Amino acid sequence: MSKLTFTLKKTLHHSINCAALTPNNLENKSLAEIASTPLQYGKTKLRADEVFEITGEDTQNIHFKNTTNKLDYLGANMASGTMDIEGDVGAYLGFALKQGEIRCHGNSEAFAACNMAGGLLKIDGSTGDFLGGASAGLRKGMRGGTVIVKGNAADRVGDQMRRGLILIEGSVGDYCGSRMIAGTIGVLGNVGKYAGFNMQRGTLLLAKAPQLHATIQDCGMHTMPFLSLMFKSFTPYNTKFSGIKTQRVQRFVGDTACNGNGEILLLQTS
Amino acid sequence: MLINGIKIDDTFAEAFNMRGTRVLITAQNLKWAYHAANAMTGFATSVIGCGVEAGIERELSIDETPDGRPGVSILMFAMGSKVLMQQLETRMGQCILTCPTAAAFAGIESEDQISLGKHLRFFGDGYQTSKLIAGRRYWRIPVMDGEFLTEETTGMVRAIGGGNFLILATSQAAALHAAETAVEAMKQVPNVIMPFPGGVVRSGSKVGSKYPKMFASTNDAFCPTLKGVTNSDLSAEIESVMEIVIDGLSFEDIATSMRVGIQAICDLGEASGVKRISAGNYGGKLGPHHFKLHEIMSKAAS
Repeated sequence: MSKLTFTLKKTLHHSINCAALTPNNLENKSLAEIASTPLQYGKTKLRADEVFEITGEDTQNIHFKNTTNKLDYLGANMASGTMDIEGDVGAYLGFALKQGEIRCHGNSEAFAACNMAGGLLKIDGSTGDFLGGASAGLRKGMRGGTVIVKGNAADRVGDQMRRGLILIEGSVGDYCGSRMIAGTIGVLGNVGKYAGFNMQRGTLLLAKAPQLHATIQDCGMHTMPFLSLMFKSFTPYNTKFSGIKTQRVQRFVGDTACNGNGEILLLQTS
Repeated sequence: MLINGIKIDDTFAEAFNMRGTRVLITAQNLKWAYHAANAMTGFATSVIGCGVEAGIERELSIDETPDGRPGVSILMFAMGSKVLMQQLETRMGQCILTCPTAAAFAGIESEDQISLGKHLRFFGDGYQTSKLIAGRRYWRIPVMDGEFLTEETTGMVRAIGGGNFLILATSQAAALHAAETAVEAMKQVPNVIMPFPGGVVRSGSKVGSKYPKMFASTNDAFCPTLKGVTNSDLSAEIESVMEIVIDGLSFEDIATSMRVGIQAICDLGEASGVKRISAGNYGGKLGPHHFKLHEIMSKAAS
C-alpha cells in the first residue's frame, strides 16, 4: 500500500487550514471522500482536490509534497500514524499533536508544536516563534511529546511549556523557556536574551553561555549523574544531543523574580 | 535417594506466598553501591521479626544500570503489599538517600507499582525536581553531596518465600562448609535471594510453641542437643544441622536454586561429613507451595 500523498498544485495567496488532513481524520475514507474534504481558505472553503493532487491509499502514512509556508495546521490534533512533509510549512505545525510522528524536511512558521500533548515532531529546517508554546488564551503550552529541530528556532521557545522535550541543534532567539512550567529544552547553538524569563520549573540545557538576566542565580559547577540517563534516552531521535558525554554543568536557578525553581544547565565540554 | 553417598530425604520444603520487588542501586563505584545495598537489606532476614526479607541478588555492570554506573540489584519480599511498601520507603529513606553517591531505580516491570522516591521527594523541601525520561519519572533531590536521583516507583509482583533445605552433618564445621559451598553456587541463580546471614540459618523454626504468644519456636526435631529428649529426626552421628532459606520470584526460580545448592553439596561427597539433606516440612500448615526434594533432584540427574 503506497502512502497517501498530497502534492500541492495550487498557488496559494494566503494561508489554508490543513487540520483535516491527518491519519485519524482520513482513516477508512475512500479517495473520493478524501478529495472532497473541505479546507478553510480565508473566507471560503476549498475541496482538498482543488488544492492538492491526491494519490496513494495508506491513510496512516501521509506524505505532503511541494509544500509552502501557506499550509497551516498540518498534523493538527493528530492521534496516530506518520506524516512526512517535503518542503516548508506554515504556522501551527503539529498543533495539539497527541500521538504519531511528523517529519518536516523544510522550515516551519510560528507556533509549531503548540499545545502538543504527545508524539514526535521533527523539523529538519528552522522554525518560528513560540515553538512548543500555548495558543492564545491558554495558560499551558506543550504538555508532552518530543520536538527535534535541526535548524534554528526564533523567540519564545517553550513559552509556558508544561511537560515534554524540545531539542534544538541550532540557535534560538530571545526569551527561550519564558514562563516555563516544566519539561526540558536543549539548545546546542546560541541563545538570545532573557533565557528562562519568569521560568517556574523545568530545565534549559544549553551548550553555549547565554547572556542571563539578573534574576537567574548562579549555583556553581556540578556533576549530575541524571544527565547520562537523559542523554541515553535521546538515542532513538538521531540527534547530536545523544552524543553528549559530559555530566559536568554550571547550574543556574530561577527566575527568582517569580520565585521560580527552574534551572539552566550550561554544559561544560572541557 | 542417594547422591554421591549423601541421602536425600523423601520430603518437601514448604513455602508461602509473598509480594516481591527489585531495586537497582548504583553509586560512584561498587564499594558504595554495596554500602547502600548492605544497609538496605540489613535486618531483613525474616518477616517474623523484620517485616521484610531482603538480599543482594547480584552485581550489575555499567551496561546494565540505567545511569551507566556500577551497581547491585536487590530483592525484597514481604507477606503483603502494604508492609512491602512501608518497608521499601523506610529503607529507601534511611539507607539509600543517606548513602553518598547512591541512586535507586526500578528493577522489575509490573502493573502494580509501589513508591520508590514518590514520597521521599518531599525531603527536597520544594527544591526537588522531577524529570520524565523515556516515559519514566525520576526525582532529583538536592542533598549535601550533590543530587540524589531516584525513580518514582518500582514494580511489585507475586512471589514465593520460604523455600528451604536442611544440611545434616557430622560436625558443625562440616555443615557450615557445605552450606557455604551451596550458597556460593546458589548466588549464580537469578531471581532468588538467601536472606539470612551469609545465606545460612542455624535456628530453623517449627510452627507454634508451648508458649501461647509464640507462633514459631525452635525446630527441636532437628536440634542435635535434644536427640534424647524430643521426637528427634536426627540419627546418632548427626551433630549439626544448617538450613538455607530461599525467597524467589517464582516456583521455578526457587526449585532451580535448591537444585543447584543441593547438587553443590552432593558434589562434595560423603567424606565432607554431610550425611543427609532434608527440608522444612510443616505438614502443610505453613504454605501451599511444596518443593519436593526427590522431584527437584531427579531433574538434576536427568
